[in-house]
Amino acid sequence: MTNKKDGTKIIKVDTLARVEGEGGLYIKIKDNAVQEVRLKIFEPPRFFEAFLRDRDFREVPDITARICGICPVAYQMSSVHAMENALGVKVEGPLRELRRLLYCGEWIESHVLHIFMLHAPDFLGYEDAIKMAKDHGAIVERGLKLKKAGNDLMAKIGGREIHPINVRVGGFYKVFKKRELKEITEQLKWARDAALETVRWTAKLPFPEFEQDYEFVALRHPDEYPINEGRLVSSAGLDIDISQFNQHFEEEHVEHSNALHSVLKERGAYFVGPMARFNLNFDRLSPISQEAAKQAGLTKTCKNPFKSIIVRSVEVLYACDEALRILENYEMPDHPFIEIEPKAGTGHGCTEAPRGMLYHRYAIDDSGKVLDARIVPPTSQNQKTIENDLWHFVKKYLDLSDAELTWQCEQAIRNYDPCISCATHFLKLEMDRE
Amino acid sequence: MTKIDKPKLAVWKFASCDGCQLSLLDCEDELLSVAEEIEIAHFPEATRQVLKGPYDLSLVEGSITTPQDAKRIQEVRRVSKTLITIGACATAGGIQALRNFQDVKEFVSIVYANPAYIDTLNQSTPIAEHVAVDFELRGCPINKTQLLEVISAFLAKRKPNTPAHSTCIECKRRGTVCVMVAGGTPCLGPITHAGCGAICPSYQRGCYGCFGPMENPNTSSMSEGWKKSGASDDEIKRVFRTFNAWADSFREESEKHDK
Repeated sequence: MTNKKDGTKIIKVDTLARVEGEGGLYIKIKDNAVQEVRLKIFEPPRFFEAFLRDRDFREVPDITARICGICPVAYQMSSVHAMENALGVKVEGPLRELRRLLYCGEWIESHVLHIFMLHAPDFLGYEDAIKMAKDHGAIVERGLKLKKAGNDLMAKIGGREIHPINVRVGGFYKVFKKRELKEITEQLKWARDAALETVRWTAKLPFPEFEQDYEFVALRHPDEYPINEGRLVSSAGLDIDISQFNQHFEEEHVEHSNALHSVLKERGAYFVGPMARFNLNFDRLSPISQEAAKQAGLTKTCKNPFKSIIVRSVEVLYACDEALRILENYEMPDHPFIEIEPKAGTGHGCTEAPRGMLYHRYAIDDSGKVLDARIVPPTSQNQKTIENDLWHFVKKYLDLSDAELTWQCEQAIRNYDPCISCATHFLKLEMDRE
Repeated sequence: MTKIDKPKLAVWKFASCDGCQLSLLDCEDELLSVAEEIEIAHFPEATRQVLKGPYDLSLVEGSITTPQDAKRIQEVRRVSKTLITIGACATAGGIQALRNFQDVKEFVSIVYANPAYIDTLNQSTPIAEHVAVDFELRGCPINKTQLLEVISAFLAKRKPNTPAHSTCIECKRRGTVCVMVAGGTPCLGPITHAGCGAICPSYQRGCYGCFGPMENPNTSSMSEGWKKSGASDDEIKRVFRTFNAWADSFREESEKHDK
């Protein structure tokens, strides 16, 4: 932070730490008023939508996985659902359950990474989880073991934890006999207990007082906590089929940042991710997850983004519980996938990535080649909300010391578990590195 | 030995998905022990702390795609005693090197409404095209066991043991029935660099080349085989144009089928 004689104060973080991808922060304060907030993105563009053109529809899930090493399953799932939608195919029964199981693994792995390694050190005043482990060894070790349970589930169902190889349009390459899943079941039973402990532990962290009125947006499904399917709903009454996405959401050019932000056409900034899912779908959580949330002091609507760490922990508990439910009822599918013949069409896919709703749309020709692709990742959707939070947060906490305020601004960004690698292929970039 | 003498580790990111550096954090059983032996001095994804260079070991993820990054990698090289690249982006340009076969301006206009803001190079290139690299670890993503091997080898001052033979050999060792011979499934295993442990054939699918070309791959014979089983030139081209498309032998083979 720098203080100038004219009363201008600059909060600047050149490289944001403990986020996925490369970004920075710039806040200008003059005479105790916030003048400018910029979440700077200098992650280089990678042009996925461009090189997906002319690829066969069957290749798409392997390619889109490479957008993000932390949530590849989300990209695979949104793309296979979009392709199946375009091709008029519906994957149901045990194959659908197996997809949900794989996705549970990613929620566990990604959330636990964020809870213990990226976010918790902020609350306890450590630079990182390794330093935190010196004083809180047992907790960090439990976190690592819990993360491993998520990764092992992904590796079992997906073949490996980063860029799984087993997902295809129509289902999987390989499915499993029930007894092959016994070991992972035992591991998840431990994980569910550890997740419950994690909810209790995060509930005791110190939280800055900071509540905002957000419009929360997430999927909602008639019977289940949303992962792969549902309608898009919001806390302000939006309730649409995912194919209506373009009619309601748009990308806006914001003067102060040179970045495109995804906004709701009628109402502007919105909020996606665990807190949005939780607030809109509390009644769809399993009993043990609802109970743990209540005991942790969460009410049905949580509006303090710093408490997202508790919500993430509740979702880890849910994902463990849900994975165990699926494993208990699992019957090996008769065939690993549905045979699909290409035909021309346009399809939409929207699933709940760990960081929030991830929308894909593809147009394909009658030979199955991609004509056009559009991908809207969660971090791009939250970007405007993150900046809004920073405006309000800095205004409220101007009396903090410079170092404290800078750190808490970083923490306010990390509340969203932003994945800049994901967001970048569509963001307008400000390339100058100061 | 006093802990002050620990070698310093830096992790750097260029154009990539973050997956390869995540592999280090995915070493759940070993991470804390690794941190006992090596000082994590610069690793933004994991820590706020930044210790000053020079760094004894730099792990570099990602490819060079912007003028700024072309400068930055020179700086990284200057502050690194040993520089090891991790993953297909850093060793072969990654999936984003698909731009290298086309006009990047067209790519920019497909993705971005206002192309003037985008400052990008025409090509995505591996780190070794810009600076001297001490060792290249393959894979999209890298194998975390191999990453630990690379770090251990560095600490023990020996050469990492990461065989350059084909994925086929790993598959045979694993005892998987050959998907190509027995099932007629096209597979890149015979020409792909080992390292993943031959996962795909054990999941009843053919290898799709995440680890790039092995040493001296016979790519033309591979293409002939695919052709005989009915693959078109366009399909063969696309098979070579994925995460390691810009690796010499894959690039040359794909160009033979580009019409």
